[in-house]
Amino acid sequence: MIAALIIVFREVIEAGLIVGIVLAATTGVPGRERAVAMGILAGVLGACLVAAFAGELAGLFQGSGQEIFNATILLLAVAMLTWHNVWMASHGRQMARELKAAGHQVKTGERTLAALSIVVGVAVLREGSEVVLFLYGIAAQGGTSAAGMIAGGGLGLAAGALVSGLMYAGLLKVPAGKLFQVTSGLITLLAAGMAAQAVIFLQNAGWLEFFTSTVWDTSWLLPDDGQGSLGLFGKMLHTLVGYTAAPNGAQLIAYGFTIVLILVLMRMVNAPATTPRGKHA
Amino acid sequence: MKSVLLAILIAIFPISGFFISGALADEPVEVHLKNHKFSPSTIKVKANKPSMILLYNDDDGADEFDSSSLKIERVVPGHAKANIRIRALAPGKYPFMGEFHAATAQGVVIAE
Repeated sequence: MIAALIIVFREVIEAGLIVGIVLAATTGVPGRERAVAMGILAGVLGACLVAAFAGELAGLFQGSGQEIFNATILLLAVAMLTWHNVWMASHGRQMARELKAAGHQVKTGERTLAALSIVVGVAVLREGSEVVLFLYGIAAQGGTSAAGMIAGGGLGLAAGALVSGLMYAGLLKVPAGKLFQVTSGLITLLAAGMAAQAVIFLQNAGWLEFFTSTVWDTSWLLPDDGQGSLGLFGKMLHTLVGYTAAPNGAQLIAYGFTIVLILVLMRMVNAPATTPRGKHA
Repeated sequence: MKSVLLAILIAIFPISGFFISGALADEPVEVHLKNHKFSPSTIKVKANKPSMILLYNDDDGADEFDSSSLKIERVVPGHAKANIRIRALAPGKYPFMGEFHAATAQGVVIAE
């Protein structure tokens, strides 16, 4: 039961933090609950599919199917987050105005709901397939009684949801005028961390073999392995901002490149509004 | 819409552009996972060269070969095998575990 609790907790937190950021970033946007729920539902269904065909999936690409699959969905999420931020940058002031106005209906935000729904789906899919395989394994072996497994899994789910909910509540304390700036910053770091993680999967698939040596190692200070409370904190930072205890060169390049790319694109689309010609602003 | 396509293209392009495949130093090391224990649980590889572990999961349930120091997370279904690539390692010890049964499934890669 304890094993089920810990594993489910760890995976739920990882997906839950991402859902929390997406919820905060879509504050006031009509239809966001539906979009997030659809993302979670699709993610859970996808996780069951991936778990059921884990063997077949792994067999693709000369045995590197799992890595290529993970890298692909992570890069898809990076693209969606990038698009969201670029859209936000071009409509940020309008959205902040809508959020502060009576009714708090941020209609402008509806455009990127589908993209964020995909991000939620990817997060749930990645973490969920592990949970499904793990719980299925326990159930199949009968090592733990089914009741204990359900209890452990349920407690892990509740605890993970609670931590993610606390982070979401904390984000909502940000003043309305600043909220979209904060979530946009968080999404930039989230995307950068995902890009760095995708690099790891491509390296493990043997598709990307340069700058693979470790640049620094701070695992003595803050490990990111999810073991123990410090390790769990490190892992949460890993999910949120891409903290890696011992990054290699290619990871750092991907991380930095993603941040620069998003910032440059955001500035490009934002530029017209700040020139004298932008009378509508 | 243009900015959307641009964003997606630019996000994916640089990473897809540099695929190079590398050669392995030696034959893969065969490792079996049975009753949630690795055997051998100590795996020696040559330092500074990529290597490969051929992991046979002889148990009924899946497990996840997990190592933060090796940067590997790989789910292996029951009665399946997985070829796990290990990047070129600096000399040292790199612990790994079967995350689903971490109490017993522990091992270490030693690069020397």
